[in-house]
Amino acid sequence: MIRTPLRPLARILAARATGENPDHIEQENRRLRQEAARDRARSRAEGRLLVLALVFMSAFVILGARMGLLAATTPVELARGVSENISSARADIVDRHGRVLATNLATHALYAETRRMVDPQHAARALARIFPDIDGARMEARFTDPNRRFIWIRTRLSPEQVQAVHDIGEPGLLFGPREMRLYPNGRMAAHVLGGASFGQQGVRAAEVIGVAGAELFFEERLRDPEQIDKPLQLSLDLTVQATVTEVLEGGKQMLNARGATAVLMDIYSGEVISLVSLPDFDPNNRPPPPTEGEPADSPLFNRAVQGYYELGSVMKAFAVAQGLEEGTVTPETMIDTRGPLTFGRFRIRDFRNYGPQLSVKDVMVKSSNIGTARIMQPIGAERQQEFLRKFGFLDTMPLELAEAARARPLLPARWSDLSVMTISYGHGLSTSPLALAAGYATLVNGGYRVTPTLLKTEALQPGPQIISARTSAQKRLMLHQVVQEGTASFARIPGYPVGGKTGSADKPNPRGGGYKKDAVLATFASVFPSHEPRYVLVVTLDEPVDTTGPEPRRTAGWTAVPVSAEITRRVAPLLGLRPVSLEKVNERLAQGH
Amino acid sequence: MRSLLYLCTALSVIALAAWAYRENHLTQQAMNERRSLEREIAALEEAISIQRAEWAYLNRPDRLRDLVDVNFAELKLVPMTGAHFGEIGQIVYPLPVPRAVITDAVDVYEAGVAVPVSLSLGQEEPL
Repeated sequence: MIRTPLRPLARILAARATGENPDHIEQENRRLRQEAARDRARSRAEGRLLVLALVFMSAFVILGARMGLLAATTPVELARGVSENISSARADIVDRHGRVLATNLATHALYAETRRMVDPQHAARALARIFPDIDGARMEARFTDPNRRFIWIRTRLSPEQVQAVHDIGEPGLLFGPREMRLYPNGRMAAHVLGGASFGQQGVRAAEVIGVAGAELFFEERLRDPEQIDKPLQLSLDLTVQATVTEVLEGGKQMLNARGATAVLMDIYSGEVISLVSLPDFDPNNRPPPPTEGEPADSPLFNRAVQGYYELGSVMKAFAVAQGLEEGTVTPETMIDTRGPLTFGRFRIRDFRNYGPQLSVKDVMVKSSNIGTARIMQPIGAERQQEFLRKFGFLDTMPLELAEAARARPLLPARWSDLSVMTISYGHGLSTSPLALAAGYATLVNGGYRVTPTLLKTEALQPGPQIISARTSAQKRLMLHQVVQEGTASFARIPGYPVGGKTGSADKPNPRGGGYKKDAVLATFASVFPSHEPRYVLVVTLDEPVDTTGPEPRRTAGWTAVPVSAEITRRVAPLLGLRPVSLEKVNERLAQGH
Repeated sequence: MRSLLYLCTALSVIALAAWAYRENHLTQQAMNERRSLEREIAALEEAISIQRAEWAYLNRPDRLRDLVDVNFAELKLVPMTGAHFGEIGQIVYPLPVPRAVITDAVDVYEAGVAVPVSLSLGQEEPL
């Protein structure tokens, strides 16, 4: 910038020439200079003020926003059991009436910090006294090992044990809070619940993870922080489950069975009301998986879901249903039952000779293998497969259990004409009791496919219709007649009419080749009340023997049927079913037909 | 005049500072209280969950069955069967409750007893 001199010579000289006072020029210039300086200072001050205003403004905006945010946030409670980024929270599991099946319980884990220990010898001895399975000498060696600073001693302590450890007075023994999974009902519904154990462990918390059953299947749902407060509601009914377990346990013992299973299901919604598999276990203390012997003999094995067996004559209901559905037979059609039926070098026999011919209804009632095979013969392999596939017998029957997906039915390698006949009476195709229950539900509920579920369902969503309502009504009547006139006479319960079909299948030889002698899988699939069915009950006993008679009896009619009948007699009132007279039932069935 | 303004500003700054200091303290106090309340809630929730677990444990079907067996002499409880359903006709229809009949009434008015205004018939209670 060129600085204007206060007294520019040219103007001074000019002023002097005109006789003006040159000081005026100086004053004028001084004034201009001052004005320029003032303007500069002013604009600088304005700029500073603006910056300052912006700073204050933003400070107030931030404060205001923070206050608004604080005012708008919903109050949160201190999350329990969350620390070190390990969440031990897990939602409860309850039955259909809200009774607790599995819950979390606060407990303590015990650990030792050896550097803080005052008297390791005494502590080890005292611990050995409190916990009989702790070896005092070994514990002492671990406490005094200079390479160890941190030792887990116990993952779960009872309150009494906590107090006892406290009383040792050792500052190096410390407790870490733990959430423990508790199944208050013990062995009840063990196979459904599965069990839980600890995952990732920290000092302040440990993950609780499901290891089997519904606990594993619903792992994400149970640990979802959004739904921790909402218990998972299953379709099981604890009272019914307890009753079924009690009766089945008694039946299993009386009949000397190796195992037993029962599935009780709502025929419309597919809700599993009760699912029992014996032998069972305590999910609070889940036994380790078996390392030897047959896996099916392990208490961990869920016979109802994983046990795919040839179930025998119970499958005749489906062959007859297909005959009726395809229109090749009516319940009154006479079928040639002269035996044995020879096919190649294979002979099909009946349990007893039922004479030269039987009506389709009597084939069911008397359970004739030859009759069922003859009904199925003209239908053929392709249509049989298609029919059974619609019922879900050729695939894994889904259920909300971790084990369900692992089991698969055994299908014949080549679906020959012989397979058609053997499968018609339940040999050559393995089925689980659960799949059988779903199949029977479809047979009697008007023909709609049922998908079993362990979750309580509010709205009913019927599946696709597989068989016609007419066939379904005919099946209802036939199943009723099997009980009233046929092989399942022990299931005649006063007040509670039952319809069902027995099945006594020889067990295949585990070493391969043929069937075991005197080893029978006895099954009774029943629906009740038979005039307007609501529930389906499948009871299967593994190698039962009734020894009350002069010679041992193994057929389902003498083993599975009485057990199933007792279950129905006890459970039907619990399900809110009123007893009805047989006359009324017959009247209703005749109408439906 | 100007000095008075300065004095006022200074005083108000001091007052605001004192207020902010107090608010700060109150906030910290409230936060402490909140923490202790949260701890209490957590402890109570834990207690509730333990009570629930214990209730479920005490009501487990095995135990109830054993208790029923032990106390059979007193309770005479048996498993529920179809025979326990009743008909609606089996329930006794509620009998009509007899109305109270006054047999020996005393005429208070005639006897000249002073009746409070509020009790005398046909009159509103004076407010």
